Amino acid sequence: MQAIYIIWLRQLKRYLRSKSRIVGSLGQPLLFLVALGFGLGPIFQKAGGGNYLDFLAPGVIAMGILFTALFSGVEIIWDRQFGFLKETLVAPVSRLKIMIGRTLGGATVAMIQGVVVFILAFLIGFRPEYLTFGTFLLALVFMFLIAVLFTALGTAIASQLDDMQGFQLIMNFVVMPLFFLSGALFPTEGLPSGIALIVKIDPLSYGVDGLRHALTGMSSFGFGTDLLVLSLITGFLLFLGSYLFSKIQI
Amino acid sequence: MDIISVKNLTKKFGDFIAVDDISFTVQKGEIFAFLGPNGAGKSTTIKMLTTILKPTSGEVSLDGHDPSHDALQARKSFGIVFQDPSLDDELTAYENIEFHGVLYGVPRETGRERSEQLLKIVELWDRKDELVKNFSGGMKRRLEIARGLLHHPKILFLDEPTQGLDPQTRNHIWSYIQNLNREEGITIFFTTHYMEEAEKVAQRVDVIDHGKIVAEGTPEELKKKTNAASLEEAFLSLTGHDIRDESASGADHMRTMGRAWGRR
Repeated sequence: MQAIYIIWLRQLKRYLRSKSRIVGSLGQPLLFLVALGFGLGPIFQKAGGGNYLDFLAPGVIAMGILFTALFSGVEIIWDRQFGFLKETLVAPVSRLKIMIGRTLGGATVAMIQGVVVFILAFLIGFRPEYLTFGTFLLALVFMFLIAVLFTALGTAIASQLDDMQGFQLIMNFVVMPLFFLSGALFPTEGLPSGIALIVKIDPLSYGVDGLRHALTGMSSFGFGTDLLVLSLITGFLLFLGSYLFSKIQI
Repeated sequence: MDIISVKNLTKKFGDFIAVDDISFTVQKGEIFAFLGPNGAGKSTTIKMLTTILKPTSGEVSLDGHDPSHDALQARKSFGIVFQDPSLDDELTAYENIEFHGVLYGVPRETGRERSEQLLKIVELWDRKDELVKNFSGGMKRRLEIARGLLHHPKILFLDEPTQGLDPQTRNHIWSYIQNLNREEGITIFFTTHYMEEAEKVAQRVDVIDHGKIVAEGTPEELKKKTNAASLEEAFLSLTGHDIRDESASGADHMRTMGRAWGRR
């Protein structure tokens, strides 16, 4: 337990100490909220979609979590290059515990990021009537699931990469498609069938939908489906990530 | 009693044979030096002994455990100071030590006492709360050694521990290590390029070159065998005077391994 705790604590300390990373990673969600939220708001309203900022904010919160969580998982590559990974890998602690500590650490950091984006959204006018303290707690559950899922995915990917060369590849071919094709920015009803299929495969879609349900009451898949799909994929990726992590050689 | 035994150990990276069918043993409580020029296969051997690299073939036993099949048990028997950096730059010196202590299950009180003692030996006690990224190369090296000595395992691997340190610090560190060896019977397995250091502290020496073990014995025996006045002369006569390529950096090495994996 102590080993898991100290690994978790390390992730948290690293995050809180990198002020530039915190500020930098808030710029993008803010831009999305302001530019898209206010820019597309009138059209969305005219098309009968209601308040676009209310629709968009859960998606952008999920985006903040996705980016931070995946990045936390991918940090293994840094640890490998700077040598610190060796220090944890030769310690008499099972790889599973190391993986749990890292994943919980990454997920905690990502949840903090999600809550901060929520506060930003709140400040610029995201105040759905549906939202109560109880539904916010439910939103935290979804934030946690999204955070764990993508930290584990990041870990799984990073276990297979030797250096940072592959990082840009991950950003362009994993992170961006996951986000843009998740229903974070647009309603998933009435899409062309090809896109609709991709949206259904994208695990983030269920995270966004669940979060949107918890915060605003809007949902297209249904709350139960979101929770079930998200939990199953999270469980699978945790297993896969642990397996690949346990195979790392230096 | 043999605490480390290695039989026909081989490691290939693609077509390159880094370690070529070596066998040796280290006795419990011994101070053993594993010497060789750059790129001879020292670090690769240490990586296989310490569970972070799988051998291509051969048998290894560390305190009765096989590092490739019984990694967790094997890890409980040793500690290591790596050749290349393995600190977290974003943590303070003390946090790095604390992290190590928790991972290795050092009791809190013992950990605190030893951290203070060790950080004083390597003269970093005054700067224990500074982030490691602000440290010079030598300070980082000293911190690594202090961290590596925090817990008292059965076997301690030291891969060029004193590289780049001044004679004063080297002396302090070696007397601390010799003391650990005497008082607690900890087996020391180390590599170094400072031959006078090996001559002074090692009870037994193996010389490895081009992945093969070329000589084995006490420093005295090696000197006698080669008619040399010092271990350094003996070493040069065993391994020749050619200058070797610098061993590949960590990143190069990972690339090599990446290719090796790809081929499988």
